[in-house]
Amino acid sequence: MLSQIEGSKAVADAIALCRPEVICAYPISPQTHIVEGLSALVKSGKLAGCEYVNVESEFAAMSVAIGASAAGARAYTATASQGLLYMVEAVYNASGLGLPIVMTVANRAIGSPINIWNDHTDTMSQRDCGWIQLYAETNQEAADLHIQAFKLAEELSLPVMVCMDGFILTHAYERVDMPTQEQVDAYLPAFEPRQVLDPAAPISIGAMVGPEAFTEVRFLAHHKQMQALDEIPGIATEFQEIFGRDSGGLVRPYRTEDAETVIVALGSVLGTIKDVVDERREAGEKIGVLGITSFRPFPMLAIRGVLRHAQRVIILEKALAIGLGGIVSDNVRNALSGITLKGNTVIAGLGGRAITKVSLHKLFDEARADRLERLVFLDMDYDLVQREIERTKQKRRSGSAAENILRDVGVVAARPA
Amino acid sequence: MFQVRIHGRGGQGVVTAAEMLSLAAFSEGHHSQAFPSFGSERTGAPVVAYCRIDDKEIRIREPITEPDALLIQDPTLLHQVDLFSGLRPQGYVLINTSHSFHELGLDDLYRDHRKDRLVTLPATEIAREHVGRPMPNAALLGGFAALSGQITLEAVATGIHGKFSPKIAAGNIAAATAAYGYVRQQMEELASA
Repeated sequence: MLSQIEGSKAVADAIALCRPEVICAYPISPQTHIVEGLSALVKSGKLAGCEYVNVESEFAAMSVAIGASAAGARAYTATASQGLLYMVEAVYNASGLGLPIVMTVANRAIGSPINIWNDHTDTMSQRDCGWIQLYAETNQEAADLHIQAFKLAEELSLPVMVCMDGFILTHAYERVDMPTQEQVDAYLPAFEPRQVLDPAAPISIGAMVGPEAFTEVRFLAHHKQMQALDEIPGIATEFQEIFGRDSGGLVRPYRTEDAETVIVALGSVLGTIKDVVDERREAGEKIGVLGITSFRPFPMLAIRGVLRHAQRVIILEKALAIGLGGIVSDNVRNALSGITLKGNTVIAGLGGRAITKVSLHKLFDEARADRLERLVFLDMDYDLVQREIERTKQKRRSGSAAENILRDVGVVAARPA
Repeated sequence: MFQVRIHGRGGQGVVTAAEMLSLAAFSEGHHSQAFPSFGSERTGAPVVAYCRIDDKEIRIREPITEPDALLIQDPTLLHQVDLFSGLRPQGYVLINTSHSFHELGLDDLYRDHRKDRLVTLPATEIAREHVGRPMPNAALLGGFAALSGQITLEAVATGIHGKFSPKIAAGNIAAATAAYGYVRQQMEELASA
């Protein structure tokens, strides 16, 4: 049924339709509305057969999810930003143990300096933790990806992280076609665990593994995640058969067939980029955009297949690998090994800076004129940065960069956007 | 696409106003996208919320910098925040106040802008009367429906129902209806003047 609904509410309702048995979470902006919605559904009895566990931290949230999943329950949690970092040790354990937990990450920047706004630094920090990572472009896709995530997780016995842009998606009201319980039941069978802690048939999981077999266990984790490259398209096809919607998959190319320039991005910014691509197509430019839905496993061949005929690839990413540049770029370049084309990394939207059509047009104009540097920070105030660099040169005790920059910028609360 | 920017202060229901507007537009078959200007959700702090309305899917995710309509829930923001930034030349402006544009110090705006697109509305007083609380958002949406014709009063009522319990919705709908009548009357007076 079509609903005008907040992204967080759509995700909470979609999770409830998946009949989770244990939900454990610790609230953190911008994930809060999702877990509030789920706790209300459990308390009202609308989500029956589910225990909602209030925990004292994110570390506890993931630990409870691990215990619940190992005991054979369909387990779900959600977090963001510092919360994800706080649970990291348990995040690695969940994947190492092969437990099919589904977790939403409402993407948000990482401090310091503390910042509650959206970027992808949190989930990008966990790209190698063994979880599958799916990125949603819209709230419709966020809802759909969660339903697909449980199926994928349980099929492979691997945890899945569904990443959705904090605030931009979680707090946006837009149209979502909410699935019915019958559809979800037809799509997602009851959880049949591959391993289960059962007092009637006692086993242990979580053994210590020494040098004699650690590499082999790690290889198997990689081997299993790579199987998702085959599973994800099939799961999306099956989804389309039941729900009538094209959602999920590995990558989503848009107007790339004859494109000389292809933009690569993840998440909600794809919408703004598509609008810009349409406007530039109108003006005759051969430009397209490639959205990466599955960042882990990384769909090397699918990306290579789309980009190999382009002349320029611009990778726009909402995270910065300090000391290197772009994380997505580094991965995409790997996929393009042996293919020569022009490439630019654009770091954009850090800490909630708006990525606007005006800025994207300017950026693509620069690219077209071949004036774009290899690493670009979209809309960065170079003068502001330069003044701080000067201050650090002039004075030994120059103070904290964040505080100095804020003093320089002046009051920002009064700005409209 | 029609783009609305709503300014107010934390605690005045600014974000809820944008959400109700999106529900109203959806109820009339439009695509709509509402979202807050995240961050400063402290009581009394300046807050901005946005709503886009279109007849096709809305993909853009940036804040609204060139609004077709401005709803100003708190006139004390007028000389603190650049409220009119990017306002389209034919754009609508609705201010919650019992004062005139002249009394608000907005002579320049009044002189340069289409008069039939500028309205003041005592939304807080109307809300006190019908809701029992100084919560001007629903009344402003009623006024917006009358001023712009972008949505109907019935749709505004649907939007209000989507966010409030039936009892609280009834008071807010009464406030929106009164505001709708007030703005219609203002516009008729202007047309016959």
